[in-house]
Amino acid sequence: MGLSQAFKMAIKSIIGNKVRSLLTMLGVIIGVSAVIAATSFAEGSTQKVTSSIQSLGTNLVQVMITGRNSNRKVTYADMRKFQDENSDVIGSMAPSISGSVTVKYGDKSESTTVLGTSPEYEDIKSVHAKSGRFLTAMDIDYNLKTALIGTTVANELFPGANPLNKKIEINGMAFTVVGVLEERASSQTGTEDDQVIIPVTVATRLTKNANIGNFLIQASTADTVNTAVDRTTTYLTKVYKNTNAFRVFNQAQILSTLNTVTGTMMVILGGIAAISLIVGGIGIMNIMLVSVTERTREIGIRKSIGAKKKNILTQFLIEALMITGIGGIIGILLGLAVIKFIIGGFKITTEVYSIKWIMISFSISLVIGVIFGIYPARKAANLNPIDALMYE
Amino acid sequence: MGENKVTALDNISLSIGTHEFVSIVGPSGSGKSTLMNMLGCLDTPTSGTYKLDGKEVSKLKDDELAEIRNFKVGFIFQKFNLLQKLNALENVELPLIYQGLRPKEVRERAKKALADVGLDGRMDHRPNELSGGQQQRVAIARALVTNPPVLLADEPTGALDSKTGIEVMGILKDLHKKGNTIILITHDNSLAVQAKRLVRISDGQVVEDKET
Repeated sequence: MGLSQAFKMAIKSIIGNKVRSLLTMLGVIIGVSAVIAATSFAEGSTQKVTSSIQSLGTNLVQVMITGRNSNRKVTYADMRKFQDENSDVIGSMAPSISGSVTVKYGDKSESTTVLGTSPEYEDIKSVHAKSGRFLTAMDIDYNLKTALIGTTVANELFPGANPLNKKIEINGMAFTVVGVLEERASSQTGTEDDQVIIPVTVATRLTKNANIGNFLIQASTADTVNTAVDRTTTYLTKVYKNTNAFRVFNQAQILSTLNTVTGTMMVILGGIAAISLIVGGIGIMNIMLVSVTERTREIGIRKSIGAKKKNILTQFLIEALMITGIGGIIGILLGLAVIKFIIGGFKITTEVYSIKWIMISFSISLVIGVIFGIYPARKAANLNPIDALMYE
Repeated sequence: MGENKVTALDNISLSIGTHEFVSIVGPSGSGKSTLMNMLGCLDTPTSGTYKLDGKEVSKLKDDELAEIRNFKVGFIFQKFNLLQKLNALENVELPLIYQGLRPKEVRERAKKALADVGLDGRMDHRPNELSGGQQQRVAIARALVTNPPVLLADEPTGALDSKTGIEVMGILKDLHKKGNTIILITHDNSLAVQAKRLVRISDGQVVEDKET
């Protein structure tokens, strides 16, 4: 019997019992749409974080000084010297001290974060002044009390007025506003518009802490990053005599950690989806067994007029495949709708549409059809025609 | 079916030739259903031989029997046994589909078979849209469509009123005149005598075999 005729009979059978067919498909529909939506969410989140990390630049090396197990320290001057000695691999370097402070202007005051750094910070982190200027080498060298304020601080302390050249108090110390920072969209680490940037040399006095907690190092090129990491690690190990006192990491490491996390997330999601598909498959097998019993007489009639075992087997197997196949397609469409209207609509994360996962889900739904359809199909094929004909 | 063996048919020896119209009559429990199952290749004898259309079929396996049924036997059942979800034409096409013929030939032969029983106006009707007599005629068309050497009718009028029953018996007699070999199984003597030869079964044995 031709395959196309088998397909026509299967479609007839499914349409002949629309409600039951739909309920049978439900497990596969839910399982497949869950796979599509969940993998999209995982890949979208990863893409979002990856692109924000990558926006920092591939050549970026971050140094974090914890100072554990050691009372030695590395000053800004020390790092400048280190940079000069390794200028073949290091392009630029900026320190980073931060702390919480209170900023006052007139009768207005605000709590905010202060960041002590150097002019290089502007290029390394692409943080620019929209009015006025960024820090200069002179500010650093002469310990000038100059400050750049973020737009949130500007709006709080200088509503409707121009903050430039005005004097503000940071924790009681007087500073001149030399610039207002550009607005940035919020990132994972919170809004960057609520901060004040001052020279690192002044910051060590303000926070009464000479230890600089972070350094940003930009390698000269993408190829020299690893060397820069190695040399920085060697240098800091020499200073602190133990490796617990600091951390040097670059983007590649962060990204590979991210990939591990994503990988784990995918495995967990995959496991859950697999379980729901198996449950869906068991439901299909159940319904197909009921269907075989209900159609015992029909099977007997077909056999009496000449259907062989393989004809009956093929008929029921194709029906199972159609159910899971159609369920798979509906599930894919539903999953895509969730991506577009829920993930995209509520801007949960980046919308990602993956052909790979669509193909995988569809193939799996067909495999489910075969695995869970074969047992009922064989039962049908092995029915005794005489007994089947007498079944009421 | 339990520890005790039931002998449905005991030492039957029967020979039916081409173009014969034979009725096999007996009460329920006489073994006539078992005999019909053997003749129609729905079942094989525990011992003995059966030659159908020149071929020994008593030792065949399930799929081989299915093929014999497909090509060599046309069944007409008491309860019509049409597929409810298919229309008349699709029901008649089914044996040809299982023979593996091309869709065009399948369609044409099925249409002709339905026309031969006078139902070409009802081809797209489902069984539940047809009367009992019409359904039985569809079943007859289905039995004929493969041009089998033998037609097996098992109580063909059992589910019909007397008027329609007479019509169906008329069709069978017509088919015999046209050259078909017909075996009629029934418990009703008045039907059995309408065939050309009567074989009476009782308690698993042939007790009578005469021309009518």
